[in-house]
Amino acid sequence: MRWLLLKDLQILRRSPFLVAVLVAYPVIISVLIGLALSRGPDKPKVAIVNELPAGQTSFSVGSQRLDVTRFAKELFKSVDPVVVDTRAQAIDKVRSGEVLGALVVPPDATRKLQDAINLAGTSPPTVEVLYNADDPIRAQLAESTIKARLADANKALSDKLTELAARYLGILRKGGQFSLLGQKFDVLGLERSKAALERTLRTLPPDSEQARNVRQVIDFAQIAIENLGLSDKVLAAVGQPLAVKRTVIAGHRTPLDAFAVSVSVTISLMFVTVLLASGMLALEREEHAFGRLVRGLVSRLALLGEKVALAATCAFVVTLVMLCGIGIFVHLDWGRFALWLAALAGGAIGFGALGVAIGALAREVRAASLLAFLLTLPIAFLALVPSGTVAVWLYDVIRAVSALFPFRPALQAVDAALNDAEPGLGPTLAHLAALAVAYLALARVALARFR
Amino acid sequence: MRTATSSGAAIAAAAVTKRYGQRDALRDVSFEAHAGEVVAVIGPNGAGKTTLLSILAGLQPPTSGTVSRTPREVGWVPQHPAVYAKLSVAENLRLFARLERVGDPDAVVARMLEQTGLGARADDELGTLSGGNRQRVNIAVGLLADPPVLALDEPSSSLDPRQRERLWKFIGLLAAAGTAVVFSTHNVGEAERYADRVLVLADGEVLFTGSPADLEALVGGDPRDFEAAFVRFLHDRGH
Repeated sequence: MRWLLLKDLQILRRSPFLVAVLVAYPVIISVLIGLALSRGPDKPKVAIVNELPAGQTSFSVGSQRLDVTRFAKELFKSVDPVVVDTRAQAIDKVRSGEVLGALVVPPDATRKLQDAINLAGTSPPTVEVLYNADDPIRAQLAESTIKARLADANKALSDKLTELAARYLGILRKGGQFSLLGQKFDVLGLERSKAALERTLRTLPPDSEQARNVRQVIDFAQIAIENLGLSDKVLAAVGQPLAVKRTVIAGHRTPLDAFAVSVSVTISLMFVTVLLASGMLALEREEHAFGRLVRGLVSRLALLGEKVALAATCAFVVTLVMLCGIGIFVHLDWGRFALWLAALAGGAIGFGALGVAIGALAREVRAASLLAFLLTLPIAFLALVPSGTVAVWLYDVIRAVSALFPFRPALQAVDAALNDAEPGLGPTLAHLAALAVAYLALARVALARFR
Repeated sequence: MRTATSSGAAIAAAAVTKRYGQRDALRDVSFEAHAGEVVAVIGPNGAGKTTLLSILAGLQPPTSGTVSRTPREVGWVPQHPAVYAKLSVAENLRLFARLERVGDPDAVVARMLEQTGLGARADDELGTLSGGNRQRVNIAVGLLADPPVLALDEPSSSLDPRQRERLWKFIGLLAAAGTAVVFSTHNVGEAERYADRVLVLADGEVLFTGSPADLEALVGGDPRDFEAAFVRFLHDRGH
């Protein structure tokens, strides 16, 4: 078998284009993934049209004047604002793709906001969002980005209003100074009112009509004091009615970038192994050497084993280099290096067995390559479908189909090796071993018509 | 099942039958080839020539019947060169010599390069050689283990007349050295010129075995036209 391995390596060495692709592919992919994961995304450009008349950017809440431009800062936290003068200019920039979307602040924004705060019964101000829907992904990104930023701005405004409301309710309860329209008022407050009433009550005959009336007012003041004491919490609850507590029910929580590394490494492992194993086996037939080899020189099973070993070794080296390359950019736990080797080796053998089955069934190099792409790409996509995003029965079908191919267990093995993710390395390697045996058996059967 | 021949033949097939599903590719085929003898297997398309050669070479087992040699004892030369285009002539020979587990692979490779006259092209990639030279390497690979029997499936089908001439000269030398040569061909003229004996197959059955002259004599007519005699022979037997 070693002579056949050497022969195949010689053939690969004399196929510079194929080797260049095999070497360049993981290098390029690892650099791209490393750069993508190690650098945060650039802020998306959003055109801003401010139609507010000059000097009309503030509104008053009680004695306070709030400037809407303060809340616009929330909008600009995660977008790169491109200020334009008119709506038409904004539309042009969206159409040309220069900006992701545009936000138009209408001229009546502060007035409507003031009316809403004054409970004038008018509709709240409407901010217009413009984006291009030609590209659904870009449209989705624009819509979700601007919506999220508007939600942040709304929350900042709501927090400020809540804070002011709480302050006024505090004055109502405890007393203090209050300004309105430039005039200062001294507010007695419920607590001080109650104390004054209690002092008055003590001067009155206990069974008198006046004493009964004063006692009723004191009781009312007490109830109001107690309830207004809860106002801060109530207002906070109104401002943020739902709190979120995250609990992981199943599975080790893997950061998205670490999972992306697992996915990219597994996809590279899959392509290199499957294409090499299927192609090199089919090449034996195309070179008419298969018949010569299996008439006593090499057993069919040994030939399959040699192709699996060749493809798995090459892919193992290539993806290990790729992983080390990614490790330059992204934090990886090098202390788990031995587990990386085990996961890559297990995945490579599983993919290698699938590759020889494809090569034996397709029988020609080009057909084998095409079949390898046709089969592995959809399977990889299926294996990445998360639960809860499709109907339960469909997810069960997808999971069952994915379990028949090495991609999902290989991904789980790499993820377990890199990120200590569940279900762990042991079960996934056992799964890969079972698949390798099954695919080798399929390849051996398919070789019966391999002439 | 394979057994050694007791009649002194280099190779013997006894009552070989090959069945693919309901179709009989070979029916009860028996023949022998002796050391130094060149036997041509001829017949119309679908007669079972390649099937018989592949069973002699051990590429597939017969459904029933026996062949006296193991696959390792028969040098096999398929119709299309079964060698690697990306390897050089010497690398191809060395690879198969090692797979054949010959005693001294380098010495065997040197001998085969000399025997095939390809010493000057030893380091050339096979893909750069002419069809004739590739076929010579193909035959050389079949001879690496110094087999007593050489089975060739249509060895001259892709060669021009000059290359064909050189091929047959080479095969003649092998036979003169004692190798039993069994080859299939569509070219009945070649069978007449280079074979000591012809085996006529049709629909998987042996219709005739003997020298080309015997076949002409059996049919009668113009003794200078073996092809016409062969066609008439088949016609007379309903093929």
